[in-house]
Amino acid sequence: MRAADTTMIKLDGVAKTFVMHLRGGAILPVLKDVTFEVGAGECAVLDGPSGAGKSSILKMIFGNYRADAGTIMVRDAREWVDIASAPPRRVLHLRQATIGYVSQFLRTIPRVGALDIVAASARDNGVEPSKAKVRAAELLDRLNIPERLWQLPPSTFSGGEQQRINIARGFAATHPILLLDEPTASLDRRNRAAVIDFIRERKRGGAALLGIFHDEDVKQQVCDRGIDVTSFRA
Amino acid sequence: MARTAEAPLLVAQGLTKHYGPRLGCADVALEIYPGEVLAVVGESGSGKSTLLSLLSTQLKPSSGSIRYRMRDDVMRDLFALGEAERRFLLRTDWGFVHQDARLGLRMGVSAGGNVGERLMAIGWRNYARIRQEAVDWLSRVEIDADRIDDTPATFSGGMRQRLQIAKNMVTSPRLVFMDEPTGGLDVSVQARLLDLLRGLVADYGLAAIIVTHDLAVARLLSHRLMVMRRGRVIETGLTDQVLDDPREPYTQLLVSSDLRG
Repeated sequence: MRAADTTMIKLDGVAKTFVMHLRGGAILPVLKDVTFEVGAGECAVLDGPSGAGKSSILKMIFGNYRADAGTIMVRDAREWVDIASAPPRRVLHLRQATIGYVSQFLRTIPRVGALDIVAASARDNGVEPSKAKVRAAELLDRLNIPERLWQLPPSTFSGGEQQRINIARGFAATHPILLLDEPTASLDRRNRAAVIDFIRERKRGGAALLGIFHDEDVKQQVCDRGIDVTSFRA
Repeated sequence: MARTAEAPLLVAQGLTKHYGPRLGCADVALEIYPGEVLAVVGESGSGKSTLLSLLSTQLKPSSGSIRYRMRDDVMRDLFALGEAERRFLLRTDWGFVHQDARLGLRMGVSAGGNVGERLMAIGWRNYARIRQEAVDWLSRVEIDADRIDDTPATFSGGMRQRLQIAKNMVTSPRLVFMDEPTGGLDVSVQARLLDLLRGLVADYGLAAIIVTHDLAVARLLSHRLMVMRRGRVIETGLTDQVLDDPREPYTQLLVSSDLRG
């Protein structure tokens, strides 16, 4: 069991409701009373059917969605910060230093090459530029992205290649908190194995990981504990 | 990305502008920190251009205040500045990138002259050094050195916009105002310009306030977003938060109308 003082993420009474103004103001309650913790060195997984609000929880912790109630405390070096009420500048700083997020979808940036996109994530995280490049190359290599693509902007890559660039970007930084939104969806066996290795390495490095995995095999290999999201249904 | 500088560069409070009986903008408050990019979005007539004119002191507000941290680290009320101090800001510490490059450039003066002019305004006299600096900045905005003696009248829309940026950047401004910087350009030309702006903001730690109706521009360049409608700020927050989880009916409409998502 982990000691209480290694807690990295602490949600308490978090709620999320969407109001769809373009659908006549339809109110869509998704989550209420979301309360759980994730500690350093563990990988917790959000369980529940599609539409239960799993992604919304990750997005609220990343500050990408707003919470309607409750607190989302994350440990940032020496202090605790409530993402739900932190000013935008504080959240941006947390994303550089503390919280990483890997989704399935890459937002490409015109004219920036794949290697640079991945290296920039490490640089933002405080890694020195030449080391960031080495790290980026290593990750692209382990994810089987052919070297001839490294300098090209990924906007022309296949969906699967873009997804792997995005995974490399997420793991290039060594954030103490890492949120994983189905990072292995639609990957082939070889690349899935690479991602499983990345996750294990980050666990051993003491990161707190919280993820959504639909793949049972991946879940069994990396997950320490399930969190049942249906118990937070609004 | 935003640096965590402790003190804001510019603080506006209660900014209101009436044009006779018509409202330009009402009760706008904002802060901008060094290295931070704020996008102001809204449709035509939302008050976003009025706001930019107020912030850059080209227009006097009906009420409200704007304070700015001068290079000596003292916060000053912009509308209490003397003419010489205000000119110093406009020519040196600030940049202004217009949608219509003809407003920001002298069309009959060479590209080198356009860039050099801003240096001469702050006291540079050595012709060779001015020209070298101009060449340097033209190359940074990807304009070939052999175009230095051509006038912007002979440039394409994208080149004019890049020249305008070079002209602004040559004095190392700390704050740049941009009014629809990519408006009216072809998509491929836009991409090149956006990439350039993104690089400059990151490399020089610029603060910028960008008025745009293009949400893709806001998403790519800005850290924070302000949505204006009918002269008022209706929603504000982290750019990706406002665009991915919009709260206000009007913001939801804007986001759902954006083709690129």
